[in-house]
Amino acid sequence: MKVLVAVKRVIDYNVKVRVKSDRSDVDLANVKMALNPFCEIAVEEAVRLKEAGTAEEVVVVSIGSKSCQEQLRTALALGADRAIQVDAQDQLDSLSVARILQKVAEEESADLILLGKQAIDSDNNQTGQMLAALMDRPQATFASEVVVEGDALKVTREIDGGLQTLSLKLPAIVTTDLRLNEPRYASLPNIMKAKRKPLDVKTPDELGAQLAGGVELLSVEPPAERQAGIKVGSVEELVDKLRNEAKVVA
Amino acid sequence: MSILIITEHDNQSLKPVTLSLVTAAQQIGGDIDLLVAGENAQPAAEAAASIAGVRKVIHADNAAYAHQLAENVSKLVVELAEGYTHILAPGTTTGKNLAPRVAALLGVNQLSDIIAVEAADTFKRPIYAGNAIATVKSADAVKVITVRGTAFDAAEASGGSATVEACDSVHQHADVSFVGEELAKSDRPELTAASVVISGGRGMGNGENFDMLNKVADKLGAAVGASRAAVDAGFVPNDMQVGQTGKMVAPELYIAVGISGAIQHLAGMKDSKIIVAINKDEEAPIFQVADYGLVADLFEAVPELESRL
Ligand SMILES: Cc1cc2nc3c(=O)[nH]c(=O)nc-3n(C[C@H](O)[C@H](O)[C@H](O)COP(=O)(O)OP(=O)(O)OC[C@H]3O[C@@H](n4cnc5c(N)ncnc54)[C@H](O)[C@@H]3O)c2cc1C
Ligand SMILES: Cc1cc2nc3c(=O)[nH]c(=O)nc-3n(C[C@H](O)[C@H](O)[C@H](O)COP(=O)(O)OP(=O)(O)OC[C@H]3O[C@@H](n4cnc5c(N)ncnc54)[C@H](O)[C@@H]3O)c2cc1C
Repeated sequence: MKVLVAVKRVIDYNVKVRVKSDRSDVDLANVKMALNPFCEIAVEEAVRLKEAGTAEEVVVVSIGSKSCQEQLRTALALGADRAIQVDAQDQLDSLSVARILQKVAEEESADLILLGKQAIDSDNNQTGQMLAALMDRPQATFASEVVVEGDALKVTREIDGGLQTLSLKLPAIVTTDLRLNEPRYASLPNIMKAKRKPLDVKTPDELGAQLAGGVELLSVEPPAERQAGIKVGSVEELVDKLRNEAKVVA
Repeated sequence: MSILIITEHDNQSLKPVTLSLVTAAQQIGGDIDLLVAGENAQPAAEAAASIAGVRKVIHADNAAYAHQLAENVSKLVVELAEGYTHILAPGTTTGKNLAPRVAALLGVNQLSDIIAVEAADTFKRPIYAGNAIATVKSADAVKVITVRGTAFDAAEASGGSATVEACDSVHQHADVSFVGEELAKSDRPELTAASVVISGGRGMGNGENFDMLNKVADKLGAAVGASRAAVDAGFVPNDMQVGQTGKMVAPELYIAVGISGAIQHLAGMKDSKIIVAINKDEEAPIFQVADYGLVADLFEAVPELESRL
C-alpha cells in the first residue's frame, strides 16, 4: 500500500512563545522551528510499515512557504521516499489544508493517510478529521496502535474514558497520539541521503484545490499571569494554609 | 439565532460538560437545542430535556449511533444543521473527533476549544500550549465550535421542560466498525469535572506508588491525574494524562506531586484556582505557578499529607 503523511512546520516544543508587543500575533522571528512532534510520530509509523513490507512507498507532504522544505527533508531523513511541498502562505486555515491534502491524496492514490492529532502551535486538532470528511472515508483519531489486516486497519484510540478499538477499510485516515511509537533519530548518512531524495513543489491551483478562509485573527494576548506563591516549610503548614487561607479543604 | 449543542453522554447519563456548553450557548444568545445521538439513550435524552433554558431535544436512537462514530453522527448533524447559526460540541475526545467532520461537510472552518464568548461571531481560544490567547472572528454563516468545558460554569441541570423530538434518520458508513473498548473504572470523580485533582509525575517511580495519591484522593474526593512521563512510563493509563495534549483541568485545588512543570503540563492545569506543588528540587519550574510549594521528598510528604487531612 501507499502511505501519505502530512507534516507541519511548527515552533520547537521547548520554546515558550511570546506575544508581539502590538498584540497582532505571536513573535516567531528567530524562533527555533521543528517538525510537529505528532507528525514525527506519523512519519515513524509510515516508515515502520515500509520496513515491515506492508507499505511500498511513503510520501510526505507539507503545505506552506519554502521554509517547510526543511521539515520535509527531516521526514525524508527519517525514511520517507519522496516529498511534496504545496506552496502556500504559512498558517493557512485547516479547511484549506484539508482540501489541498484531499487533492494530493487523490493524485497519489494513497491507501493510508497519516497526520498528527494536533499541531502544537495552533492546537486545533481538526485537519485529519476534515480530510476524512471531504473524502468520505473512515477515520481513527488519537491512535496508539495501528495493525494492518489485509485491506483494513485495526486501530486503538486514546479516548477520554480509556481506549477504543475500531476497524477501518482502506483508504483510511489515521491521526497519531503520543504513545503510537517512539520516533527514531535521523542518522548522519540518512540526512545526507535525504538531500538527494525527490522533492516536488506544487501549487493549490495546479492541484485544483479551492481555499476556504472565514476565520479572522483579531488579536493575540498573553495569558493571565499567576501571582507568585509561597514556599511552605512543612506538610503541617501546607495543610493549615489549605484549610485556613485558601479554604479549599475542609 | 439558534444553537445546536451536541451532547456528551454514554447513553445512560449526560456528562457534566454538556452543562458548560449550555452556558456558552447562553452567552452567545438565541434558542438552544440539544442533540442526543446514541442507542437506548432515553435516559440521556430525558436528562437533556430537564436542563434549564433548553428549547428542544432531538433524540436520534439507532445502533449506528451506539458508539457515536464520527462518520455516522457527522452526517446526522449536517442533516439537522439547516437553520442553526451555531453548532457547539464539547472539547472532549468525542467532540474533537466529530466536530471537524461536521465543519468540513458544511464547508466552514472550525473554532477549536474556545474559552470565552466575546460576541456571537467572536471568541477567545488558547494557542501555543496556552502561552497566547487568540481572539478570532468567524464570518461563516454557521459557526462550528468546540468548547473547553472548564472555561464555562455549569448551567442548571434541572428546572427545564424541553420537548423531546425523535429523529429516525440513520447514517451508517459501510467502512468503519466498532471493535471494542477498555474503559477505566473508577469511583472517583471525572478528572475534568473534579473540584480537587492530585497528579503524579515521573517522580512517583512506579504505578504502585500512585496508591499514595489514591489515598489522599479518597480523603479529598479528588480525581487522580498524571504527567505524560508517568503515562509513557506505564505507571498509569493514558486517560489520566493532564496537559496540552491530554486533559485540560481547572479544579479549585490541584496538587502536583513529583512533576517538574513542563510547559505542556502547565497548559493543562494552570487555570486551577489553587496550585500546590510537592517536589524535591527547589528549582523545578512547577514552583513558578504554585500558590503553595513544598520542597520535600514525596515519599515522606504524601503519606504525612494523607494522615493530616
Ligand atoms: C493566532 C492564530 C489563531 C488561529 N485560529 C484559528 C482558528 O480559530 N481556526 C482555524 O481554523 N484556524 C486558525 N488559525 C490558523 C491555524 O493556526 C492553522 O494554521 C490551521 O488551522 C492549520 O491547521 P492546524 O495546524 O491547526 O492543524 P491541526 O488539525 O492541529 O493539525 C493536525 C495535523 O494536520 C496536518 N497539518 C496541519 N497543517 C498542515 C500543513 N500546513 N501541511 C501539512 N500538514 C498539515 C499535520 O499532520 C498535523 O499534525 C489560527 C492561526 C493563528 C496564528
Ligand atoms: C508533543 C508533546 C506533547 C506533550 N504533552 C504533554 C501533556 O499533555 N502533559 C504532560 O504532562 N506532558 C506532556 N509532554 C511532556 C513534557 O514535555 C514533559 O516531558 C513531562 O510533562 C514531564 O513529566 P514529569 O514532570 O512527570 O517528569 P520530569 O520532568 O522527569 O519531572 C519529574 C520531577 O519529579 C521530581 N521528583 C523525583 N523524585 C522525587 C521525589 N522522591 N520527591 C519529590 N519530587 C521528586 C523531580 O525533581 C522532577 O522535578 C509533551 C511533550 C511533547 C513533546
